[in-house]
Formats: sequence, C-alpha cells, structure tokens
Amino acid sequence: MRRLLLLGAALLLTSAAADKHSGYVDASPAVQAMQDDDTANPGMLWVEQGRALWEQPVGGKSCASCHGAPAAMRGVAARYPRFAGRPISLPEQVNQCRTARQGAPALPEEGDEMLALTALIGLQSRGMPVAVDASGPAQAALEQGRALFEQRMGQLNLSCAQCHDGLAGQRLGGSRVPQGHPNGYPEYRLEWQGMGSLDRRLRGCMTGVRAEPFPPGSPELAALEFYLGWRANGLLVETPAVRP
Amino acid sequence: MARVLLHMKKTAAPGEIVEVKLLISHPMESGQRKDETGQMVKRNIIHSFRCTYNGAEVLRLDLHPAIAANPYLAFSLRAEKSGTVEMRWVDDEGAEGSASAPLEVG
Repeated sequence: MRRLLLLGAALLLTSAAADKHSGYVDASPAVQAMQDDDTANPGMLWVEQGRALWEQPVGGKSCASCHGAPAAMRGVAARYPRFAGRPISLPEQVNQCRTARQGAPALPEEGDEMLALTALIGLQSRGMPVAVDASGPAQAALEQGRALFEQRMGQLNLSCAQCHDGLAGQRLGGSRVPQGHPNGYPEYRLEWQGMGSLDRRLRGCMTGVRAEPFPPGSPELAALEFYLGWRANGLLVETPAVRP
Repeated sequence: MARVLLHMKKTAAPGEIVEVKLLISHPMESGQRKDETGQMVKRNIIHSFRCTYNGAEVLRLDLHPAIAANPYLAFSLRAEKSGTVEMRWVDDEGAEGSASAPLEVG
C-alpha cells in the first residue's frame, strides 16, 4: 500500500512537470476557434495596423529601413525577454529602437501602436518554441523572478505559484485556471474587449489578489516577466492569442 | 488599428456559395457602463449594416447592444455574375464605415 502511494506521488510529480501546456488548452472551444481562424481573430486588426506602422518612417527611418520585411523578425519574439545586463522585454526593445535609432519618442506600452508592432513581431514567431536564455549572468534575474512568483502578496496573501502551479486546471468562476504561460502576448482578451500586454495581465492578477501592482518599468516586473518567459520555454508562440 | 478586415474568395463558379467574413474595429459601447467618474458612457454601437451585391441588397442587419467590441460578421451569398460585394454600416455617432471586394464569377 505504502509503495503504491509513493508511486502515485511520484507519478503526480512527473505529470505536473510533463503536462506543461499553453492557456489555449484551458480556454473554451469557442475561444480556441476564434484564435485558430485568422479571419475571426480580432488580434489581426492590430497586426494589420502593425504592418502599416512597420513601413511608416519616424524620424526619417522606418522599422523596414533597417530590418527589411517583417518576416526578418522570425524567431525574435520567441527569445524575449532577453538578458542584456537586465531582462529586456519586447516592448522595451521596440522603444529602444525608436529612441536610439529613429530619434523618435517612446511609444506608451499599452497604446494601440505598441500593441500593433509587438503583435506583428510576435506573429512572425508563431509556431516556434519559446526559447528564453537564462544561462550565465541571467541566473540572478531568473532567481529574483522565481522568488517573486513564489512570494505571497496582497490582502488575499496569495502567490502566483499557488494558483498557476498549485491550482492550475481547476476552475475560478467560469474559467479554468491556466498555468500562466506568456506565450501569446500581446493577446486579445474578451474580458478587456481588446488587445493587451503581459504587463497589463500581471497588473490584473495583482489587483485581483489585492496587492499593489509593480509599477511599469520596475525591476520586479522585468524579473517576473523574465522568469515567466523562461518557465514557458518549449511552448509554441501563439501571438496574437485569444483568451477569455 | 486597422479599421476593417474583409475575407472573401476572389473568384467563384456560377451558383457557388461564397462565405464573406468581416471583422470591424469598433468599441461597441453598450451604453450601460459607467466611467471612472460614475457618469454613464454614452451608447455607441454599430446599429445598422447592409450588404449589396451588384447593387442589389443581399443582407441587412439591425444590431443591438451586448454585441462585443470589434464585431465579427460572417455570412454567405450565392455567386451569380461578376461584380462587387459592398458593405456599409453606421454607428450611433453617425460615423459610417464601408468595405468592398470584387467577385469574379465564371
């Protein structure tokens, strides 16, 4: 009997690790159908805007002037956030390009223009596995992100891990609790009636547990997003994903 | 963002059923929400939609609140002869939108 229990516990542990899956799996068939059909996926409205912005010169140069066609971005989004002294998210990288290379003002991270450009860049990597590199000097940021993921916070005193590792697959309200992998951002959420970034999603979760959200651009937010990216390694990029 | 995405095949055999799929970027504000100051947000939805094929009406819709933002409309029509499929719609603020695509039959 005891041996059986041990075997059961071992199976549970291995299946939790092996059963890593995208939030797509936890979404309803109707939401999945919306994501599967590009003609029905509202995220494509932003992708199309992104295509126009890609060609549009700002400060004398467009994205296309240096990078060529959007297809040249294949595989790029799958590697973000990337580590360069600190974790850099894809929206931050776009703004670095704008301010340093184009001499243009940074775009607001939640604005339609930034969502459009990151959706276009993300789409180029659709179907490729997430491959965030957290080796070498990135270890410290990864560990900081992991600690934040496991840290209880807010008036409800819940950590990210308690729901998204411990209770994933169970129901919260009408929806299944997903494992919390950021493999489809920016994504179209029915709840938002629009497109949104991972920052926005994390803000939603943190206000949900009645914690004060990490401010945009803070090292905590960057570390948490870096950890989440690494944690999703191997899942396929779905940008622009559709979620409930 | 892009105003509208229209998907429809460009050529069809006579008598063939052609599917028209349309995504319109629109807030579809229901008129039942309050803003941060507690004021009701004025209703602004696309309330009427019309599709013509070579000038003849093939579909007319009256839309109501409770349709989500960025509505997706899909319908079908029978290809008869070459021409244009044209769609027009109008919202509560009087803003008009349109989309059209040629259809070659033969």
